[in-house]
Parts: sequence; structure tokens; C-alpha cells
Amino acid sequence: MSEASRGSALDELDRRNADWYIDRLVQVLVFVGGVSAIVFILGIFVFITKEGLGFIGGRFSITEFFGSIAWRPTSRNPTYGALALIVGTASVTGLAMVVAVPFSLGAAIYIAEFSSGRTREALKVLVELLAAIPSVVWGFIGLSIMNPLIIRWFDTPVGLNVLNAGIILGLMAAPIMTTIAEDALKAVPDSYREAAEAMGATRWQVIRSVVIPAGKNGLVAAVLLGVGRGFGETMAVLMASGHSINLPTSPLDSVRALTATIAAELGETANGSEHYGALFTLGILLFVVTFAINLAADIMVRGGRRGRRATAEGGA
Amino acid sequence: MKFEMKKTTVALVTLAMACGGSREGSQRVVLQNKGSDTLVNVAQAWAEAYRNVNPNVAIAVTGGGSGTGISAMINGTVDIANSSRAMSDSEIQAARANGQDPVEFIVGVDALAVFLHANNPISEFSLTQLKSIYGDGGTASRWSDLGVTVPGCRSDEIILVSRQNNSGTYAYFREAVLDDDDFKLGSRDMHGSMDVVDLVENTPCAIGYSGLAYATDHVKMPCIKQGAGSCVSPSIDTAVGGSYPVARPLFMYTAGQPEGAVKEYMDWILSDAGQCIILDKGYAPVRAVSCA
Repeated sequence: MSEASRGSALDELDRRNADWYIDRLVQVLVFVGGVSAIVFILGIFVFITKEGLGFIGGRFSITEFFGSIAWRPTSRNPTYGALALIVGTASVTGLAMVVAVPFSLGAAIYIAEFSSGRTREALKVLVELLAAIPSVVWGFIGLSIMNPLIIRWFDTPVGLNVLNAGIILGLMAAPIMTTIAEDALKAVPDSYREAAEAMGATRWQVIRSVVIPAGKNGLVAAVLLGVGRGFGETMAVLMASGHSINLPTSPLDSVRALTATIAAELGETANGSEHYGALFTLGILLFVVTFAINLAADIMVRGGRRGRRATAEGGA
Repeated sequence: MKFEMKKTTVALVTLAMACGGSREGSQRVVLQNKGSDTLVNVAQAWAEAYRNVNPNVAIAVTGGGSGTGISAMINGTVDIANSSRAMSDSEIQAARANGQDPVEFIVGVDALAVFLHANNPISEFSLTQLKSIYGDGGTASRWSDLGVTVPGCRSDEIILVSRQNNSGTYAYFREAVLDDDDFKLGSRDMHGSMDVVDLVENTPCAIGYSGLAYATDHVKMPCIKQGAGSCVSPSIDTAVGGSYPVARPLFMYTAGQPEGAVKEYMDWILSDAGQCIILDKGYAPVRAVSCA
């Protein structure tokens, strides 16, 4: 075949008809879609940092911000102590994990290891449906159902507290944790289970000594994503936590969360004021913490997959 | 493709112009009115009633809080800003720097009532007592500190119910009751006047404050005593008469001396017809009016 004829054959293959243009267009669209996530996250980070920078560079003091509970941004002598807000968010999230971890891991183990057929499909759909309940509805449940129940059971004056918000948040975080944990358990190769059963292990022994250790990274990632969800949740926490600046000493104390403070105050704050900058500084703190948690979860999931692939290949 | 889109736009614009022209040449004016949540119900009622007075003027009312309205006035995005507190000097300067010259109108009076649970035996407060309950460093943290036991409140703790720290109600309560000193930390900061009343209604240990217009039959409103004066119950009459100590003027700000449609609207709000609407919504008018 001569040089010229090969060129024309390639031209023939490479002709720019409608299909060729559609192909290019779709390539560009998919590329834009793929890159947009990175662009958005960088854009958001630059934006909140820019808005918070005026405060961090000026009025901000590390000892006050992290060491004082006096959050009084509209006072004659404004103070910006975020300690109570940080502790509030941490305590609600902590209690939420106490509620959500046993529920979601139990549900994941049941769905992945015990149920089958229709039960399994129904359970998966129901768990995902639970994730679709809007957070303001959860907040409403906290406000109008949990509040009187907590008052009656625990004999406290107000039922909007760490316990209320923690239970609500636990139920909100459970679906995503269940889904991720179930994926992690399903990803453990059946050969592991078969080998253990061949050795005479009971089902519980298989799950406890083989499946859970093998899926450990995925399970930790599930819990971390739940923590991230808890940190970032706003509306339900705002409604159920009591929104009170307080260092809690028991689950029956009211607290105020970082997210709820931003939500409640940003709308009426003059753009560019010190208070505005302080709220964005809270936003930076939240962003950094949730980013770190999600990154850790991601690394755990990847680490788990890679480790398993290596052992599987090594065994083969 | 592009060309077609242009054609559609042109067609739409022509259509819109045709519609506008058919209205006997008179132009329809839309006024932007934004701000205080305390005033939002009244502002909406005014806007609705004004539709019958002058059908060619539409008023778009948005809430969001006094701070939101004032920010919008500073940024020049509203014709009229509603506020339950006066603009501060720095805000007025910021507005002037942006070429807006806010003009203040007092359109009504709001009495801030103190709310107690129906079981609470207290029926009068002095301003000093309120300050010792709400103020930073105040000594009253239990109901027994005030010499009462509240049935149903076994912990004896005073549950403070307050508002988020940039609401006009919060700022006015701080000014009138706490002499501009700080609030005690640890109050439940609600996001709306209604939420304050709801929580107090269901909590025997609680005390809260909000506009008189939000009072219900299920909460108790003690009278308030200033200095050696007599104890005055919150009501529209005592707020208009000026004897109730915790009553605040409600403001509307226009950008510059109002003229045209804005002036007509402001005049109408301050007329008997407008003032009867604010009275009907549970606030006090700026002067005594007789309404049907």
C-alpha cells in the first residue's frame, strides 16, 4: 500500500460527518462534567476563604476563638468565642454515632450476610428511602415528637438538647452508613466465606472473624462518612438542639452547633462586616473538618480495595 | 439557532410592549419593600389593601429581618426598607457613601411583651428584675431567687428564651431592658417570634419576650414596672399612650425624600386607612385613630 492510498483510507475513516461532531461534543460535555466538581470545590474554598480572610487577618484571635464560649457578635464589645459551638457540634455528632453505628452496622450485616431475595431488595429500598427524608422534616420530628417525649421520660424542663439532636442526627446518618457498610461487606470475596465455612466455622464466626476484618476499611469509611454528615447537617440540628450557647455536661443540656449558628445569623448580617467574616471563619473550620473526614474515608476505602486485590492476586 | 432565539426575544418584547401600551398609557410601577420580620405581616396587608387604592402600583414585600432590609437599602436594591430598629449612624453613612439618603418614617409602635407559662404565679416584673434574669452577670437563675415556685417546674431553673442575635427584637430588648449590656449566655435563641411563644407555652420553667402581636391565650403576660412607677400591662393603648416601658417604634426607610408612587404609598400608610390595618394586625398605630 502506497503512502498516498493509506492517507486517503485514514481520511475515509476520519471523515467529519454528523457522528464525528456528536462524538466530539459529547466528549467535551463529559469532560466539563468531570472537571466541574474540581472547579466548584476550588471555587467554594476560594470564596469562603476570601470572605473569612478579612476577619482572620484582623479581629481574629486563636485563644479567643478556640478558648472562649462568649459568642457575642452583636454586642457593644463583640466577642467571637466559638468553643461552645465546636463542642456543641462535636457532642451532637458523637451521640449521633453512638446511636447510628450499632443500627447501621447491624442493618448492613443483616442485609449483606443473612437476608436474600425479596427481603433483601425491600430492605435496601427502605434504607435508601430513609435517606430521602428532608432534614427539615427530621427537625420537625425532633421539635414536635421527641421534645415532649424527652420531657416526660427524663423529667427535664426542655427536650431540645444533645440527646434529641443526637438521636435525630443518628437516624439521618444511618442510611448512608448502612449503604456504604453493606457495599464493603459485599465486596469481601465469597471465597473467604467458603474457606471459613469449609473449616467448620458457624455463620457468626465467619462474619466476626473473616468478613468484618476483611471489610474493616470500608466499615471505618462508612462511620467516617456518617461523622461528616453529622458535622455538616444544619436544619435538623438547628431545630432539635435548643440553639443555646452552652458547654454541655450531660446529654440533657441544650447546645448550639456551628452550622446552625451560620444558618441563623448570616441572613441578617451586613456584607463585609466583622460578624460576617466571623461566620465565614466558622464556615472555613467546617469545610476543613468535613474535607479531612471525607478524605480519610476515601483513603480507607481505596486502601481496603487495594489490599484485598493484592491478597487475592497473591493467593491466585 | 442563535438567530431564531433572537427572533423569539424580539417577539416577546414586542408582545410585552403591546400589553403595557393597552393599559391606557399609564405605567405599572413595582415597588420593592423588604426587611423586618416583625413588620412583614403588616407590610403584606398594606400591599394587598393598596392594590384596591391604586391598581397601577404593585408592592413586592419580602421579609428576612431588619438587618436584611437595611443592607438592601445600603446596596440600593429596595425602594422602602422595613426595620424594627433605627438605622445606626454607621449604616446611614454606608448608605450615603453608596448614593442613597435614607429618610426615616415611624409607621407604628410595637410593645414587647414578656411571656410566662400559664402556671407561673408571677404577674409583675420590674425592669431591674428582668435585667437580673436576662443580663450577663444577673443574679436570678432560679425561680426561687424571685421568691416563687412554679408548678410543673421541678428543676426550679429559669429557662431563658431569646432571639437570634441580629434580630431587631433582640436588639431592642437589649437596649430597653439591659441598658445595652450583654445577654446571659445559655439562652435558647429562637429564630422567630412565634417560636418563642410556642416554647414558653409548653415549658413551665420558661420566660420569653416577643412582640405583643404574637401573644396567645395560653401564655401569661406580666405587667412591667419602671423605677417607682406603677406596673403597666402591655397593650395597644398603653403602647400608643407611651406608658408601657418596653415599646418600640417601627420604621420604614425610603431612599431619599419620597416622590411619586413611593410618596403616595407612604402617605397612605400614615393615613387613617393604613393605620387601621396595623392596628388590626396587633400593633399600635402612631396616633389615636378611629377604625370601623
